[in-house]
Amino acid sequence: MSTAMEARPAGAGAGPVSRPAYKVTGRRVLRSEWAKLWTLRSTWITLALGLAGLLVFGSIAAVRYKSLTTSGGTRPGSGEFVNASAVTLTLFGVRFGQLALGVLGVLVAAGEYSTGMIRSTLAAVPRRLPVLWSKAAVYGVVAFVVGVAGAFGGFLIVNAVVNGTPAHMPLSDGGVARSLLGAGLYLSLVGVIGTALGMLMRSVPGAISVLVATLLLVPGLLSLLPTSWQDNIGPYLPSNAAEALYALQHAPGMLSAGTGALVLLGWTVLALAGGAYRLVRRDA
Amino acid sequence: MIEARQLTKRYGEKTAVDRLDFEVKPGMVTGFLGPNGAGKSTTMRLIIGLDAATSGSVSVNGRRYARHAAPLQEVGALLEARSIHPGRTAFDHLMVLAHTHGIPRRRVDEMIELTGLQSVARKRAGSFSLGMGQRLGIAAALLGDPATVMLDEPVNGLDPEGVLWIRNLLAGLAAEGRTVFVSSHLMAEVALVAEHLIVVGRGRLLADTTVQDLVRQAGGDTVTVATADPARLRAALASPGVEITGRAGSEQLQVSGLSARQIGLAAAEHGIALFELTPKQVSLEEAFMDLTRDAVEYHGAVTSGVAA
Ligand SMILES: Nc1ncnc2c1ncn2[C@@H]1O[C@H](COP(=O)(O)OP(=O)(O)OP(=O)(O)O)[C@@H](O)[C@H]1O
Ligand SMILES: [Mg+2]
Repeated sequence: MSTAMEARPAGAGAGPVSRPAYKVTGRRVLRSEWAKLWTLRSTWITLALGLAGLLVFGSIAAVRYKSLTTSGGTRPGSGEFVNASAVTLTLFGVRFGQLALGVLGVLVAAGEYSTGMIRSTLAAVPRRLPVLWSKAAVYGVVAFVVGVAGAFGGFLIVNAVVNGTPAHMPLSDGGVARSLLGAGLYLSLVGVIGTALGMLMRSVPGAISVLVATLLLVPGLLSLLPTSWQDNIGPYLPSNAAEALYALQHAPGMLSAGTGALVLLGWTVLALAGGAYRLVRRDA
Repeated sequence: MIEARQLTKRYGEKTAVDRLDFEVKPGMVTGFLGPNGAGKSTTMRLIIGLDAATSGSVSVNGRRYARHAAPLQEVGALLEARSIHPGRTAFDHLMVLAHTHGIPRRRVDEMIELTGLQSVARKRAGSFSLGMGQRLGIAAALLGDPATVMLDEPVNGLDPEGVLWIRNLLAGLAAEGRTVFVSSHLMAEVALVAEHLIVVGRGRLLADTTVQDLVRQAGGDTVTVATADPARLRAALASPGVEITGRAGSEQLQVSGLSARQIGLAAAEHGIALFELTPKQVSLEEAFMDLTRDAVEYHGAVTSGVAA
């Protein structure tokens, strides 16, 4: 078979004689995107920042909690630490981690436009869409692994810090592992949304602005709307759906973890659809 | 083999490529010429589908570029705009492209060697000089062992040695039977390597010709003769394919279709004394300017004609 493949029929009859049989496949595009990710210094730096954010911010929250509860002056679990547990303290890190992982997601896609690399990429894969799917898949998996590692690692550190306080809880407690995995999934989806926005906007600052606005500003703006609207729309916002996904305890009016995951997935698919549309329809 | 049929690209009001019809054939170097803004780079982007044609079509080896199973094996392109992530090393850049097609690492090493990038292959492309970047672009273009090599102003930024290297490279690629399509706005440079020429101006096709024919069209084969009796000389030279012009009352005639030698011999045969016998020298650059200037004037005439 290989000999038959090697003698490639030259289109015009005058092509070079014997040539190897190369071919673009989905797997190869994945392989290429994987290599692209790891051959840039910015990837390592941003992932390290994201991981550090998850570990450090959770630890800082744990240390503050511990000092408040052990100084005796304050009742345990008051103020910002109402009903604090090792999980909720760990999740402080998610706020920072999501920024780093979201920004890297944007860079994965929009970085190609800002540098011109996209022209090489699309010359190699002129069907275009496999590039987006591969970027999303590769980066989604990487962000998930980093997110989960950060969430569980953060939890172990936090738990060690709050040992002896009411916040301490074993990993085997109901919902703890689910909650931490949920946080990892959320971080992964934020990364993929970043990539999709990067493809959609083709601009690093533009896509980062939209991402940060969606995650941090929109929930604030919602409070300006009438209460009935807040109740109806609120839970479906990406940030609130995310909270439902990784919260240990669900307050009334919050979506269930499963529904939260689905809503977030819906937002991701929407962003990807927008990115795919722009990728296919517009000149590179 | 590249075939464009009524290829058109508009950016808003601006028509960058205007109903181009041309073929680029294998086994030779085809020069793609035109002044700044003529639409050369746009045409090349259309060929590999980076930009979508507004109307018309262009195919590569019988199909649209994107329809090929191994696009990099069909067309290797060096584009005008930078197409490299500055944070990646030269080796990694080539490897990343190679992965998409299952091109082995050996081929990447070969291309690095061919383009003389061995010493900087592990350096980030952002630190490269213009010429080094150009060499990396050429390495990427040749990576897939393409049947068609398409280079947009490849000598940009190259030193004399690099220019010579490109010239030999292109000739070698064509000799291997590949289609070689090279743009430039320097006629002289292209004429050194190209056999065939496609000349565009304001997005329109101005000439699809050989270097020799272009010179001839531009009046390169006219001979100026002067004699006491132009009418007799006219009669002596008249034959199909020969064109003779001259102002009434002037001793000078412009003859095309005959060499100075043939005219001299014919005159001697008829016993006509010649005072002057001068072949007109037209440089390629002049021929090119003539052609493109005409296009601009033609454009102007059309516009005013419509307005009137
Ligand atoms: N993306 C774009 N948007 C709008 N106009 C464009 C775009 N690309 C090219 N043009 C216009 O189309 C015309 C042709 O440009 P192009 O770059 O193809 O010319 P060129 O022949 O390569 O010129 P040069 O010799 O200067 O490289 C120019 O007027 C240019 O301004
Ligand atoms: Mg150009």
